[in-house]
This record gives sequence, structure tokens and C-alpha cells, in this order.
Amino acid sequence: MSKRHVTAIVNGDPVEFLCTPEQTLLDVLRDELDLTGSKECCSSGDCGACSVTLDGRLVCSCLVLGAEVEGKRIETIEGVAKGDELHPLQQKFLDHAALQCGICTPGILVAAKALLERNPDPSETEVRFWLAGNLCRCTGYDKIVRAVLDAAAEMRGS
Amino acid sequence: MATNPIDVERARSKQLRWVGTRGPRPDGIDKVTGRARYGADFNLPGMLVGRVLRSPHAHARIRSIDISKATALPGVKAIVTRDDFKDMPSEFVPAGEMMVNYRDIVRNVMAREKALYEGHAVAAVAATSPSIAREALRLIKVDYEVLPHVITAAEAMRPDAPLLHEDMITMGVEPAPTKASNVAKRVEFKTGDVKAGFAKADVIVERSFTTKPVHQGYLEPHACLANVNEAGQAELWCTTQGHFVVRSHCAKLLEMELSQIRVVATEIGGGFGGKTVVYLEPVALALSRKSKRPVKMVMSRDEVFKASGPTSGAHMTIKIGARKDGTITAGEAELAYEAGAFQGSPIQPGCMCAFAPYELENAHVVGYDVVSNRPKVAAYRAPGAPISEYAVEAVIDEIAQKLGLDPIEMRLKNAAKAGTRALYGPKFGPIGLVETLEAAKKHPHYSTPLGPNQGRGVASGFWFNIGGESCATINVNEDGSVTLMIGTPDIGGSRASMALMAAETLGIDVSHVRTLIVDTDSIGYTFLTGGSRVTFATGMATVDAAKDAIRQLCARAAKLWEVPEDQVVWDNGFAKRTGENAANVAPMSLAELAAKAGKTGGPISGHAEINAQGAGPTFGTHVVDVEVDEATGRVDIKRYTVIQDAGKAVHPGYVEGQYQGGAAQGVGWALNEEYVYGADGRLQNAGFLDYRMPVTSDLPMIDTVIVEVPNPAHPYGVRGVGETPIVPPMAAIANAVSRAIGSRMFELPMSPPKVLKAVQARKANGG
Amino acid sequence: MRYEAPETIEAAVALLGSSGKARPLAGGTDLLVQLRFGLAEPELVVDLKKLPGLRTIAKEKGGFRIGAAVTGAELGEHAELKRTWPGVIEAANLIGSTQIQGRASLGGNLCNASPAADSVPALITAGATVTIVGPGGQRELPVEAVATGPGKTSLAKGEFVASLFLPARPARSGDAYLRFIPRTEMDIAVVGCGVSLTLDASGSCTAARVSLGAVAERALLVAEASAALIGSKLDAKAMERLAAAARAACRPIDDKRGTKAFRIDVAGVLAQRATGIAAERARGQA
Repeated sequence: MSKRHVTAIVNGDPVEFLCTPEQTLLDVLRDELDLTGSKECCSSGDCGACSVTLDGRLVCSCLVLGAEVEGKRIETIEGVAKGDELHPLQQKFLDHAALQCGICTPGILVAAKALLERNPDPSETEVRFWLAGNLCRCTGYDKIVRAVLDAAAEMRGS
Repeated sequence: MATNPIDVERARSKQLRWVGTRGPRPDGIDKVTGRARYGADFNLPGMLVGRVLRSPHAHARIRSIDISKATALPGVKAIVTRDDFKDMPSEFVPAGEMMVNYRDIVRNVMAREKALYEGHAVAAVAATSPSIAREALRLIKVDYEVLPHVITAAEAMRPDAPLLHEDMITMGVEPAPTKASNVAKRVEFKTGDVKAGFAKADVIVERSFTTKPVHQGYLEPHACLANVNEAGQAELWCTTQGHFVVRSHCAKLLEMELSQIRVVATEIGGGFGGKTVVYLEPVALALSRKSKRPVKMVMSRDEVFKASGPTSGAHMTIKIGARKDGTITAGEAELAYEAGAFQGSPIQPGCMCAFAPYELENAHVVGYDVVSNRPKVAAYRAPGAPISEYAVEAVIDEIAQKLGLDPIEMRLKNAAKAGTRALYGPKFGPIGLVETLEAAKKHPHYSTPLGPNQGRGVASGFWFNIGGESCATINVNEDGSVTLMIGTPDIGGSRASMALMAAETLGIDVSHVRTLIVDTDSIGYTFLTGGSRVTFATGMATVDAAKDAIRQLCARAAKLWEVPEDQVVWDNGFAKRTGENAANVAPMSLAELAAKAGKTGGPISGHAEINAQGAGPTFGTHVVDVEVDEATGRVDIKRYTVIQDAGKAVHPGYVEGQYQGGAAQGVGWALNEEYVYGADGRLQNAGFLDYRMPVTSDLPMIDTVIVEVPNPAHPYGVRGVGETPIVPPMAAIANAVSRAIGSRMFELPMSPPKVLKAVQARKANGG
Repeated sequence: MRYEAPETIEAAVALLGSSGKARPLAGGTDLLVQLRFGLAEPELVVDLKKLPGLRTIAKEKGGFRIGAAVTGAELGEHAELKRTWPGVIEAANLIGSTQIQGRASLGGNLCNASPAADSVPALITAGATVTIVGPGGQRELPVEAVATGPGKTSLAKGEFVASLFLPARPARSGDAYLRFIPRTEMDIAVVGCGVSLTLDASGSCTAARVSLGAVAERALLVAEASAALIGSKLDAKAMERLAAAARAACRPIDDKRGTKAFRIDVAGVLAQRATGIAAERARGQA
């Protein structure tokens, strides 16, 4: 089986990689590009731990083939902070103790960032339904939702 | 090390600078940026991919395994089967809060005579790519003799049931049975005279309950990377709750000396008890040893469900008698817990905890540990207790309802207090059950009016918590910063709590303390993270290590001041002179003393190696409001409050997190989580689509109240908090649903078809 | 396995026809799961997303032509489509999570042919048709004729759905889709019900289509349920007849997601509730 050559932009940087047709974008991120921040927890799109944005659209990277991202823009958890400046969401997660084991945290941060870019003033219900594809087994979601709402408020300048 | 009463007093009087604050978490930045490395995030050059061949049958004799074609496939570097693991004689050892038997462990890790559940490991390969590994598994020929299977305890206990272990004679029965069965053990706890107790009762309720197996549901699958060199020295990175326990098990199974294997605990993506045992680790080591290359193994999500231990399903009968005024006169329980393919369900703690929140003169509990053809159960957050306490709390609620008593008042009437003797023996010291019940009564939630089709449920819960072996080393660096090394993996933020306790004891700013979880070569034996023990036991070791460092710092100050050591005390980060002319002598800070350490005798390092005693039990009370759609049986959680004793909340944010997380798992257990088997004994819902854990939109905000009744055995009064939160939710929700629909529920999960059926039955009866 | 991303319909048809084990790929939210768990082992995967028309939404003859690979998220962001066919859009937007919505398509949801597919009952009640391209050229089918059973469609080798067409809407029309799931999100429908209806000025129902999902081997267009509504003022008696007809049409199975009895009961409940919402939308013409 021969590999495909793919070029794409990951977190603003041009990348090139080789992948088999079966490799998912998640496989490529973790095994070819050494970006292990996106996690594989179910391989079926049911947990959201592998969340990235693809051309600005929130997706599960385990449900995208590596071959499909030719010429596309991908943003992962590793691109959420800018230099040494944390995104308000990242800071609020720390402030609110919104993570325990932390395995779901990258996916949730990517998903929450995508929400706030679309809807800067979501209600609690809107936050919960947007994040329903991101499982967390440790926190019961309470502090996560509070952190997202608090980050949204800060980003609005309230 | 004896507890200093001054510390306990300080804890009570709240003159604390760090303990009890909500500071940032030391490992937090790495976890919000994706830097933190979990079990599957480690790689080594030349690494092979390991994959397991698993039995498709629930019960089968393994006649032969032919690996010849697979071995010949180019790219396959090693294959292991039962022939590569030495058989182990029966030997029980603790693993967390449960006991495991090496004879069973070696068989669970790699099947020997039989495959005992669908998903049971039968062989494993290490190959140069995932697709070659997959192809190699296809080429392994296993000759199975398929046998009839049993799934539930009820099926397994029938006299004609097929036997999993032909030599299993029930322990704990006098005289011992002559015939083998699937009942591994019978346990019994008794006090007083239940017959006399029931005779005094004005009302007696007897109910039977069933629960289904549920999985701990950690998001991160089991994963490890093993690297064995030609001399047989091994390194192992794995996601685990206890890397020292992993080392023990692997050394035993691979017949290696403990000093020859170094285990690194990676960050762990959830455990809840399920990562206190080994599955892939001995296999990866065996493959690496055979191939002389590093081998990485990661379970897929369906393997996690099929081949790692959920907790027991159970069948229970509870009988409670009470007087008109709500005083319980007698309690009786018969519990049968499913152990999975090998003995060792948490039936013992289940029996011990069933009536634990109450002061009972007359109680009798009998429990059975039953094997059946499903994965071997592993610990799940307060193992055994959520199941039995669910049933008891539901019956207590029914009695309260029958007597027209407020459910909190009825519990207060019978509540265990300091001095109450538990059914399993010891007398309780200071405990916080009454405080949680009083707080529940006063909480605004309890007086919030209910809407149509809504019901409110209350339940209390108990867990013992454990102490155990923990070590801590505090290296005082030359610049006055401090490195704290401990051996308990951090599941929920414990690094933060350890740093707070170290800073508090040393009297320095917590930002100068760095906490590391080190590998098995770098610190003394430390028991696993579990049993709600880390803040208590590793915290105790941390405080002891800090005090050891303080002793040395004071000794160095004494040397520098040329005074006897008894004229130096440590106060809030400084060595101070006592005695003559003390006022004229400037105190010396930790940093100053650290800078002079080399000149005063050498580097300063405090350490402690303890077996922490005196873990205080933790009680909690939950209040939950549900709304039921009577046309469909859907249950929505409208309001949830967790009130629990923490002894002393070192980092309140992470204590609240434990309360909320346990409650959320309880919601799933109560409403939708269960293992669904087909008639063929195969698991039908081995993924997150159909194994239905709560999602964000399923839950409201979960209010928490931290009650603090300090545990006198811990320097800061700490009690473990991690497990109790999962004990009350199922009963609280069952009681809420029962009251909302006017009909009692006796089965978990209370999925919509069951609730709808209960509503329809009530309507048919004119309700 | 090979992956190809053709840029013309002809090339796509040729590729799909070239192998008995070729599968079209739109959003991939079903196919990739099947690949991962060994439920599908195609030799060739043909990515349709570069084909002209597969990713566009256009007005046509008073209705809408929707490319088969348009994502649920894009459908939900199309204000006019949402206003005209709120039931179809809410059905499509119920599929999976926000992440799934970023990729999942109507074409994929239809052709994966799960009996519980969320968008299908709503498309059926909308009177949607599909345009199929293949070696024999182009043909149209009503959407209810595509799925024939679990995982099976009436498409021939080499054919794929290129687009869907939603017809023009008469005044005072409304549609709605409801599904029953045990949680609040993420589950496969235990029962799904789509209702589309038209009212006259006096509030009488002049046209109605009722469709049920997850209660048979494919989504059903329930003529008796539709008949219960037509000519009525959606009064209590009509609603009871509706529910009875919905229940009677079910031929469900017991499975890990629901029992027969439960599905039948809930089908009646959802039919009534969806009708209520569709009627409100028809009156309000929101």
C-alpha cells in the first residue's frame, strides 16, 4: 500500500506528511506530526476528545481521513495559546478548576473556542448543547460550563 | 509519626495560609495546552505495535493455538500466548480496595485452559505496523470448543448452570459444599437479633432490587509502552493508578526482580478504580522481551468495554423494620454480586457498607460472590457500596413515605454518630453524617417548590476510605525552592493539594513548591491512588517529610548560631532563636539556610516512608429533583445538591470537583448506563454511542456544600472525599423518580422503557 | 484501500463502477466508523466533496436544490432554508454532535440507510426527491424509495445521490421533526417522527404527511396517520386517530436501544407532539 503526500496548514504553519489512505487526521496529527494534544478515546466520533477545526469548522479528527485535508487549514489544541499567552478559555479552566484528569480538556477547549467565535454570548443551555459531543467523566461538567461562560464574559469585555 | 495536636487545632481555627485556598494547579498549564503526556503519547525509536487477539466466545475451552502462519508474516517480530506466561499458584494480594489472586491474574492477562468471556485475551503480537499486526491476528488459528455460558448472577447460581471453574467450592459455608458451583464465596455480618427487632417494628418493608454492570467509563483507554533490553532490564510507561502495583504484578508474572523493572506513571486520563490492575502491561513486556524492541499497546474503545473490568451487576433483597416514629428496629440484606470471570467482586465492602450510615441494634447481612462469563470486575469508586446502599436507601425512603416522615428527619433519627459501632466491627470516631443531614435540611434546594411531574429524592452514603503506604521526599534546593517527590499518580489535582500542604508546613509561598510524581526507581514503595487515600496518606507523608526537612533546617540554624538545637524553633518559614538574647537575633529564612546547606553539612532533604493509619470515613447526603415525562418515561435532572464531609478541604475547588464528578457518574448509573448482552453472551454496546454516559446537556449545575468535621488522625484534619460522592446518587434519583411518578422503582438503570412501564402500571391500577 | 477525490461527475461514476467494493465518501461520519471497526472493507473510497454541485444550496423552481455533501452545520446556517423547512433542518441538525454536524450530510444520512436516520422522516414528509447519477445517466426518486432495509439502498452499482430537492411550499404550511432518545443528545433515535402539513384559512388541515423512523426496517410514510389529519381541525379526536395510526404502522424490533412495546407507545406520543409543533409553525408561518 503506497502512501499519499499531503500538504496542509496546521496551527498556521505549512506542513507536509505522508499517510496511508486508512490513516485518519487524528492518526496523522499524533503519529506523523507529533501533535499528541488531540486524544483518541473512542475512534467513533462519540467523545470529542480528538476535536480540531478544519477550515474553521469544528470536527472530530478521528472521522476525517488524512488524505482529505490536502490544502486545508487545521487548528488543534496546540494552537489555542498564542506564544506564552493563554487563551482566556485556558486561563478560566485553570481558575475554575474545570479539569481533573485533563484528558477531555484539549477537545473541550477547541470546541468551546469554536463556540465563542460564533456566539460570543451563549446561554448556559447553548453552551451545554454545543459541548454535548465532548464527554467528560471526571467533572460532571459544572465547572467546565462556568469556565466557558466566564471566558465569554471576559472576551466580551463585561 | 504522631499527629501534632497543635496542627489539628490550627486546622480547626483556620489560621492557615495555603491549605483551604483555591490556587492554580501545578500541572494545569500542560493540561490546557495539550502538552501533558498520557499513556498513548509516548514513543520510542524502533517501536513495534502490539495488538491482542481476543476470544469471540463468552465461554470456550481453548484446545490449541496455532501461531505458525502469523509468525511467518514479514513484519511480525514476536507473538505471545499462554505458553509464554508461567502458571501461578493461588495467592491473594491487595489491589486498591479489592483483593486479587495471581492464579486468576495470569489467566485474565492471557487465557490458559479456557476463554471465560468475550474479549478474553488469547494471544498477542508485536509487529512493525498496525496493519501487519491486524493481519497477524487474522492468521492465528485458535481451536475453541464453545461451551454454554451464563451472564447474570441469577443464571450462574442455578443448580444446573455451566461452571466456569470446575474446582470452585464456595468459601465461607459450613460445612463446605461437596459440589462445585459458580459461587466463590459467602460472607456474613451479624449483630443483635433481627427476629426480635422485626417483632418490635410497626412497619416492615421488604424489597428486591437488581442492578446491571456499569463501567468506570474513563475516557482514556489502557495504554503502555514497554522496553526490555537484552539483559532483561525493563522500562514501562503506562497509564495507571498505581505504578508500584503494576511493577509488583509485572515482576511476578514475568518472573523478574523488582529492581529490574522501572515503571513510569504517565498522566492518567481517568481511572475511578479501573486502572488499579494490569491488562496490557505484562503482555507488552513479554512481547518486548521476546522481540528485543520497544512495544506500544493501546486498547481500542470496544476493547476497554469488553476486556477491562466493569463493576458488578447485582441482585439484592433488603428488609427493614421501623417503629412509627421512624426508629429502625432491624435491617436484613441478602446480596449477590457478579464478579465476572474470576472471583473477587466487592461483595465484602458491599455488605459492610449497606447499613453503615445508621445505628442499628439488630442487623444481618449475607453476601455471595458469583462468577459468570463477563469481564472480571475491577474496582469502581467505593466498590460495592453504591450498589448495596442504593437498595437500603430506597427501602428507607419507602418506609419514610409510608410513615409520613420527612426523609431527612428519618435519617437523623437513626444516624450514625461518634461512638456508633459499625456492623463490621469498629466504633466510629468523629464523623459528619448528622452535619450533612442538617445542612441538607437547611439548604434552599430542600425548600424549593416542585412543579408538575417533579419529585425530590434524598439519600445518604458512606465510604471507609483507606490509608496505606506512601512515601514523600522533599529536596530543599540551594535557592530555597522546594521539590516534592511523591509516588501516587495524580488523577484529580492532588499535586495541588500536596504543594499546599508542603507550603503550609514549611511556611513558604506555594509558588516555590514543585510537586512531581516520580517513577518506581526514585522513591519508596507507594500504594496506588485509590481508596480516597492520596490527600490523606500521601498528604500525611508530605507533611512528615516537610517536618523532617524542618528538623534538619533547624539543626543547621543551630549550628550557624552555635546554640543547642532545642533553642531553635521553626515558625512560618523561618528558624527562630528561643532563650537568651533571642529577640536580638534575626530569624533565618528557608532560602538563607538552603544557600548555606553545603557548608553546614550537605544538601537538605526531608523524607517520610509511612503506612498511614487513621483514615476517617466520609459521609454524604444528596438531594435531587427530577422531572418525568409520563408519556415517554424520560427523566430529566432538574436540581442536584451534594453535601459531604471532607474533614478539611485542602483545595476546595478540587473537593467540589470530586463531589460533582461522583454525582454525575451516579446519574449515569441511575438512568442509562448498563452492559447489554445478546443471547450469544456478546456485549452489544461496547462504545460510547450505546453505553450512555451523561453528556453536558443531561445535567444541571451541581451545587456542593463542603462540611468539615476534621479527622484527628491527619495533621490538617483531612478525610478522603473521592469515593463517597458516587454512593448516594442512585438511591436519591430512584427516590425522586418514585415520588414523581407515585410508584416505586426497583431496578437500575431506570431507563425510559422501565419508567414508562411503571407509570402505565400505576395508571392501570387507577393511579 | 485506495482513496480518490475526482473532480467531475463522470470520473466519480467511473470510479464507483470500477470496483464492486467501492464506497462513496461525503462527511465520513458513518463510513470512517465502519472502516475503523471492520464493518466495511472497501477497496476504494471515492470522495465526492470536490464534485460540482455536491456542496451547494441553490434556489430552484421555488424550492431548494441541496448538494448531497452539504454539511448539517451549513444547512443550519442557511436562514431561508431554516425558515421554510424548520422540520427538515432541525432533523438534520439532530444528527450526532456539533463535531458530527461539521461533516455529516443528508446524502450520507440517507444512503447509510439506518432505519433510525434522523433526517429521513423529515425529508419524506417534505416530499423531497433525490437526483441519482450513475452509469445509466441521471434519474429522480422520491426520498422514501432510496432506503430498502438496514444498510441497504435501491441504488445500483456505480450510482450515488448527487443532490436532494425540496419542493416549493404552499402558504400556511409547517413541518416538525421530533425524536425520542434516552439522553438529551448524542443517541440514535429510538423513535423518530416527521410531520408536514398545510392548513387553510379556517384552520382545517388540507394536506399532511406523517413519517416514522426507527420503528421498521426503514423510515415509513404512514398514509393512515396522514389521513387522520387531513380534513380535520387537528382536534382531540383527530389526534387520537393519528396516534393510533402511528402505533399501528410500527413494526419495530427489540434491541439495545428500545423495546417493541416502548417504540410503539412513543410513536403515538411523538406523532401528536410533532403535529402540534408543525401546526403552530403553519399558523405562525415563522
